[in-house]
Amino acid sequence: MAESLRFHYDVDGGNFTSAGQASVQVKNNLSQLGLDPAVIRRVSIAMYEGEINMVIHADGGSADILVDDGCVTIILADKGPGIADVEQAMQDGFSTAPDNIRSLGFGAGMGLPNMKRYTDYMKIDSVVGEGTTITMKVNF
Amino acid sequence: MKVSELAASGGFRALALSDPSREIAGCYVGDLLSWVMGRAQAGNAWITIMSNVNVAAVASLADVACVIFAEGVQPDEQALAAAQTRGINLIATGLPEYEAAVTLSRLI
Repeated sequence: MAESLRFHYDVDGGNFTSAGQASVQVKNNLSQLGLDPAVIRRVSIAMYEGEINMVIHADGGSADILVDDGCVTIILADKGPGIADVEQAMQDGFSTAPDNIRSLGFGAGMGLPNMKRYTDYMKIDSVVGEGTTITMKVNF
Repeated sequence: MKVSELAASGGFRALALSDPSREIAGCYVGDLLSWVMGRAQAGNAWITIMSNVNVAAVASLADVACVIFAEGVQPDEQALAAAQTRGINLIATGLPEYEAAVTLSRLI
C-alpha cells in the first residue's frame, strides 16, 4: 500500500439499533483489503466498544480509520462530557452506564479495558465538559 | 462439528443458518456483551439468553461460529434480520445455558 486508506464514519447518538454499523462496515472493508482475520477482529471489536461508548455517553461522535503499511489507526472523537478520572475508567468493571443500557447487555465496565486489550497502542485525550478523543493502533 | 450438524442434534434447532458449514471450535457462555467480546474466541459457539439486535453485531465482530439462544429465548425481529444480513448462524434451545454447554461439549 503506497498511500494510506482512510474511512470516516459519523456515529449516531442514542441509537442502539444502528450502533455497530460503522464497526461492521470497517470489518468488511478490511476483509476486502485482505488483512489477517485475527487483525480485523481486534480492530473491529476495539472500534465497536468505542462506538458503543460514544452512543451511551456522548450522544455520538466520529470515527476515522487509517490503514497504512503494517498498521491500522482508529481515531474516535466525541463532544461528550469527558472522562473525569481516566485511570478509574480503565479499571475492569468500572461503569457509569445507566440501567437501561445495562439491560441491553452493555455497561459491564469492560469497554475501555477491551479496547486496550485488543490494540497495540491506546491513548485517551479527554477534557471534562469538552469531549474525548481516543487513538488506537493495531499493528499487522 | 459443523453448525448445521449441531442444529440437527436433539434439543437444538436452527433459527437462521447463513453459514451452515462453519466449524464449531469450543464454546463461550455469557450475557454481558463486552465480556463476550473480551473473552470469546473466534469460532466458538456463543451461548446466551441476550436476544436484542446488538447480539448480531457482537457475534459478527467477535467472529463466533454461531449464537445459541438458551432457555427457549427467541431473538427479536431486528436481531434475526441483522443476523441474516451479517451472515450469523442462529440456533435455539430450550435448555438452560449450563445444560446447553454440557450437551454441546459432548457433541464437539
